[in-house]
Amino acid sequence: MDNRVLATKNVNPFTPARLRRTIILGFKSLWLHRLRSLLTVLGIVFGVCSVIAMLAVGEGASYEAQEQIRRLGSNNIILHSVKPPDTDSNSTEQTYVIEYGLTYKDLERIRGTIPGVTVVVPNRIMRKRIWRATYRADADIVGTVPWFPEMKKLRLAEGRFFSDLESYEKTNVCVLSASLAPKLFPLKKPIGQKVRVGSNYYQVIGVIDVETGRPGSSDEGSRLDRLYIPLTTARARFGEILRKRSSGSFENEKVQLHEAIVQVHNQQEVEEIALIIEGILQRHHKKRDFELEVPLELLRSAEATARTFNILLGSIAAISLLVGGIGIMNIMLASVTERTREIGIRRALGAKRRDIITQFLIETVLLSATGGALGVIIGIMIPIGIGAMTDMKTIVTPEGPILAFSISAVVGIIFGIYPAIRAANMDPVEALRHE
Amino acid sequence: MTVAVASIARLEQVTKTYYMGSEKLDALGGIDIDILEGEYVAIMGPSGCGKSTLLNILGCLDRPTSGHYILGDVDVSQMEDDSLSEVRGSKLGFIFQSYNLIQQLTVIENIEVPLYYQGIAGEASRDIAVEMAKRVGLGDRLDHKPFELSGGQQQRVGIARSLVNDPIVLLADEPTGNLDSRSGAEILDLFNELHGQGKTILMVTHDDDICNQSQRVIRLRDGLVESDIRNG
Repeated sequence: MDNRVLATKNVNPFTPARLRRTIILGFKSLWLHRLRSLLTVLGIVFGVCSVIAMLAVGEGASYEAQEQIRRLGSNNIILHSVKPPDTDSNSTEQTYVIEYGLTYKDLERIRGTIPGVTVVVPNRIMRKRIWRATYRADADIVGTVPWFPEMKKLRLAEGRFFSDLESYEKTNVCVLSASLAPKLFPLKKPIGQKVRVGSNYYQVIGVIDVETGRPGSSDEGSRLDRLYIPLTTARARFGEILRKRSSGSFENEKVQLHEAIVQVHNQQEVEEIALIIEGILQRHHKKRDFELEVPLELLRSAEATARTFNILLGSIAAISLLVGGIGIMNIMLASVTERTREIGIRRALGAKRRDIITQFLIETVLLSATGGALGVIIGIMIPIGIGAMTDMKTIVTPEGPILAFSISAVVGIIFGIYPAIRAANMDPVEALRHE
Repeated sequence: MTVAVASIARLEQVTKTYYMGSEKLDALGGIDIDILEGEYVAIMGPSGCGKSTLLNILGCLDRPTSGHYILGDVDVSQMEDDSLSEVRGSKLGFIFQSYNLIQQLTVIENIEVPLYYQGIAGEASRDIAVEMAKRVGLGDRLDHKPFELSGGQQQRVGIARSLVNDPIVLLADEPTGNLDSRSGAEILDLFNELHGQGKTILMVTHDDDICNQSQRVIRLRDGLVESDIRNG
């Protein structure tokens, strides 16, 4: 007689061979309901690929914004002249001269009072028509200082920027922005040629490089039509009063400087110094006719916005994964009911509750992991597609797919536990009787 | 009768009571049965007599309300769930009326299921299963799915599956109930053959012809043993 001891053997369901069998079995059961499995998995696929795509787009956008701001220089404080709003009301008088904006004296004061500030770039911007033979273009004439390109992080495609000497001697030299050059010189090399503004001729000595500003960004030098001349020359040739034609009447404006860049040596002090400058300017300006732009502040707020944006996108994606998980749970519950008899058979043939739990849990994890893997593939392709079809920048960081895939696996386990336990807790007798 | 033959499954004063709400229902009212090694026993009785309940207890799928069930030499009457699973998997072989094969698995995989829960896998498992399939005459159908087989063939798979763990008792619940008379007869021949090889068989049936093939017939009525006759 066969008298093997009836002690309970502890058969570990997690040996590699058994686990492999269970996984193969899981695939078989899922394959039996191909369409249903596919539809179930879609929820996870969309969840995962939206996590990846959204993170990539968000990452790209914030990178783009930060790059743009960084190009303005995070050590810089940019001052703008602004026309005070209340001057508009009495501008009906034709000969009235509106005087506003930053003055040379303001810069002297800033230079004189604040120790951490070294370079100050004053700019004067005027809209004028520029001629070269029969070619013409409307552009901003920018009167500036020789160290302007260094401050704005511009490079020259050819030629050079004007020197201290040329600035000192008020020479008629000019540098063209990348977009202006082909308008005036469609066929010729511009260097050494002359352009005319009003009654004065200026010799072209350089052209700004297009590459400096990437397309799509509103950058100095690449997209804007600009003609750079020495500030001293600008003052001497155009005087202090600018005449603007607006809706039939003339408007005279007296603006000394339109823009100035203050560079702070220590980045820690940027925000503090911005406040001091604002104080100094406020004391000497009756009206609010200036504006301070602090790229560092913009950078900080852009980073904060990116964070908020990412949290928002992340929660939307997490919700879609949650919905996917609920879908999986729904299907697994249906599958458990449908396979009640199979569960009964397995229990009768010696399966322990643990074996049944393992079987159903593995099926759920297979579903969600397959969905996760598909989602990762599609999710990486979407940002590539977006990048190819639009000029939006997307960045897929490794964290995105890893995060999305692990969430999907966790979702599978969490939403698989309940159906699996339900399957295991069935009474074998009842389960065998189930039709 | 030889006195030396060992008892292999013994029920002592086994009762089973169900509660349907507040209603008390005595399915088994105190059963004493002693099944000896190598016996071929038919259990008969009208429906509602407690046959299924008795078979569930004998098959360790259910526990008696009171009394003892000694299988081999172990009292399994109040074992906890996992231990009962272990007993079912290692000591018992089940053959069902409706075959109860797993539809998504092939013949060979169905036969392997009990081995899997005993921790036997890979080559060893496959070898045993192939041997069993040959023994029931299905050596050439190993990779068929159950729905590709006739009823008689499916029941052969069921029998091969019940043998695969070398159980001490085979429990058959109307194994020919879903079959035509010819395949039914073939299945009964197979049971006779197994009995001849020394297997202990317990079969629930309606069919008087089957009774005549068995050594011993136990008739139940209203949850009690009505008669227990050995045919010589």
